Amino acid sequence: MARQFAIEGASVLAVEKGPDILNGASKGNSAILHTGFDAPAGSIEHSCIVEGYQEYLNIRDKLGLPLLTTGALVTAWTEDEESKLEGILEKALVNGVHDAELLSARSIRKREPELSPRLRAGISIPREYVIDPWTAPFSYMLQALENGAELQCNCEVLSGKFDGSLWTVKTTQGIRKAKVVINCGGLYGDLLDEKLIGQKAFSIRPRKGQFVVYDKSASQLIGSIVLPVPNEITKGVVVCRTAFGNLLVGPTAEEQDSRDDASVLDATLRSLCRQGESIVPALAGQPITATFAGIRPATEFKDYCIRTYKEKHYISVGGIRSTGLSAALGIAKYVFDDYQVFDQKHFPSTPCIWPTVQQIAEHTTRDWQTEGNEGIVCHCELVTQREIKQALTGKLAAGSLAGLKRRTRATMGRCQGFYCSARLSELTKGFFELPIASDISQKGSGNE
Amino acid sequence: MSSSTREQCDVAIIGGGPSGLAAATELKRLGVDSVVVLERECEAGGIPRHCGHSPFGLREFRRILSGPSYAGKLSTAAKSQGVDVRLNTTVVSIGESGQLELSTVDGLNYINARKVILSTGIRETTRAARLVSGQRPMGVMTTGALQSLVYLEHKKPFKNPVIIGSELVSFSALLSCRHSGIRPIAIIEQNPRITAHLGLKLLARLLGVPIYCRSRLQEIMGRRTVSGVKIETASGKTNVLECDGVVFTGKFIAESSLMRKSHLQFDQATGNPVVDQFGRCSDADYFATGNMTHPVETAGFCWSHGIETAQQVYAALAGKLDKFNRRSVIYPNNSLIKYAVPQVLAIADNGHIQVENRSDSQSIQIRVNKPVKGRLSLKSGLETLAEKSINVLPERRVELELRTLSDKRLPETLYLDIEEAD
Repeated sequence: MARQFAIEGASVLAVEKGPDILNGASKGNSAILHTGFDAPAGSIEHSCIVEGYQEYLNIRDKLGLPLLTTGALVTAWTEDEESKLEGILEKALVNGVHDAELLSARSIRKREPELSPRLRAGISIPREYVIDPWTAPFSYMLQALENGAELQCNCEVLSGKFDGSLWTVKTTQGIRKAKVVINCGGLYGDLLDEKLIGQKAFSIRPRKGQFVVYDKSASQLIGSIVLPVPNEITKGVVVCRTAFGNLLVGPTAEEQDSRDDASVLDATLRSLCRQGESIVPALAGQPITATFAGIRPATEFKDYCIRTYKEKHYISVGGIRSTGLSAALGIAKYVFDDYQVFDQKHFPSTPCIWPTVQQIAEHTTRDWQTEGNEGIVCHCELVTQREIKQALTGKLAAGSLAGLKRRTRATMGRCQGFYCSARLSELTKGFFELPIASDISQKGSGNE
Repeated sequence: MSSSTREQCDVAIIGGGPSGLAAATELKRLGVDSVVVLERECEAGGIPRHCGHSPFGLREFRRILSGPSYAGKLSTAAKSQGVDVRLNTTVVSIGESGQLELSTVDGLNYINARKVILSTGIRETTRAARLVSGQRPMGVMTTGALQSLVYLEHKKPFKNPVIIGSELVSFSALLSCRHSGIRPIAIIEQNPRITAHLGLKLLARLLGVPIYCRSRLQEIMGRRTVSGVKIETASGKTNVLECDGVVFTGKFIAESSLMRKSHLQFDQATGNPVVDQFGRCSDADYFATGNMTHPVETAGFCWSHGIETAQQVYAALAGKLDKFNRRSVIYPNNSLIKYAVPQVLAIADNGHIQVENRSDSQSIQIRVNKPVKGRLSLKSGLETLAEKSINVLPERRVELELRTLSDKRLPETLYLDIEEAD
């Protein structure tokens, strides 16, 4: 959104209550670029996915964003699931995914020999791809900033008033004024609506998804994104490669009250492993690199909740669930169209600036392959010292270990910091509000 | 770059820890011309570099040393013998005919070696790989991370952590905490007794750290930093322990990422490449040594294993180590057996096992999954080829000597079994 509006020439201020962008709902997802083949036809979600998908492909070269052209397979493992394939295929065709194709178990297993022989049939969706879930939104924000937008982190909105022409918004970092307010509050979107306009069009119903990430060696097992036959609530547990060369199994779909409790549960993780192994038997015995959980801001509605309050100069963008990564650029366009009712005149900044960020996806040319990289710090993910220094400075510098991880992948690999924590703590000294470790006092004992 | 213009060497050693440095030093001592150690850290020495406490070096230098000075001595010994130790050099992939792809500060590079020794060592099992419940705050780490913070960077990541596990390394974690003024609040062990020698209980008591056996870490709590852990006690009750960190200790696994994605045959049980009794991998140009063959051993053990491996590599360079035309595969046939190394035995054409001069040192190493008392045997069909009675705990070395096999014709498959005593 910030990117779209900044490029169109609006003066944009993005406020984020967390210490970094991508700190809430956006940080845990399966990183698939969806075609929208199974989205409800005629929904806002569907049109935003289609638009967002195309826009990603249009701009990814200019921003240097990665794409794993994996293709996806919707797989049926029971008679019941098999009977639903026909309907899914029809829906895909209605949704404009004309290359979707019903395949026999045999021809699928020819392509993916590691899939369990229990497979009954499936549908191929050739243009579902895997992308990098961090670098993409990170680049969008960076481009917004390069084109004049302003970002304020650790800045929570407390209240706001609209006087008929101008919004006065009180935040933890002071008062800011704006002509139009757009609520992209994610997991807190409904609360923000209440704070600002005293009403809400939706209620967030946090839905947690746990994931298991397998070692890079497991990614050789499967080429395609393996999707289950979805049910009413969720797209179900996916097995797919990540842009970082791992293999991911998840997510679960667990309704919960908490908007920020992204804890994992051992029994659930084990069950995810079993589900993964039932789809790809060779996963048994593969080492696990990471576990995590994300919380999707689901609502009582199936579709996205994008609503424009013309008289209040306010747009609320809520209920953006797991498809949000694919749809983001589409949502931005959709909202910008809606925004025209406010009759604001903007003139696109010329020339538009296209920043590129360091590549962290596995299949791209990485810094360690180039001269002057200052040596590798994180061995598992081959993150160089130069990359770490770059992530700590500049317009969108990392302000926390979590932020540094998302920008560089340092400590995200199989050893989870066994080898590199110490060097990282030294390299990041003075950069983080919450340091990795504190100095042992000179007296030696370090006792308080 | 074509392979002909690539840098060549006689032996490349991947990993400059105790076993790698020992192998390199021994190879030079035996007169091998170019021996290169490829070390990805900025200093050689391996894990002892950040074990700031004693005792190290008894076997090697007949002195009691701290980890860092031991590491320094090993590294100096290698260099003074003429070993080319290359720091900040990461091997990115290994290929047939000893072709190695490297990353250095200058970017991508290559080296070709006549023989390669894999000595990449080990690391501890992480919180993620243990599938532990709870939130994911900062302050959750392994002993390795803690020690490198404490000893290499003089930093402390927390004040009052819990220590999970009671292997030898768990007590090393305890000493590291002590060194930096960190006061662990407890050691948590799932089993009825500690995994390390019982004498170490005294160390914990002296330092005032309680050990809770038959207790299981149930959940980690805390949003940004650790606020506590939930522990399930022997009676099935859940207790909350307030703490600001969690140290996962032990459950060592091989740092074998390179091998997993290489052409070498891989053993799931050890997490290491498959080796024969000479430490040779499925590609005879590759050898594995130290903890790369059987996690986990002490630095001293790895050091002497490195020397033995160097002697095999030297023999191989001289064409004195026969290519294996035939091999016997050893299958652990009992779930009590965690792993057995070597996984295969190279057999001469006459069906007899190939042994070299130092055959007395050759054995099958076994680890068990839980405390076991009984008879360990190596069988071919119904015939018992070798056996011994054992009474061991997990993470302790059990050895079955190969010498007794030298007069037997070995079939293609051998089975290891344990018959438990009542």
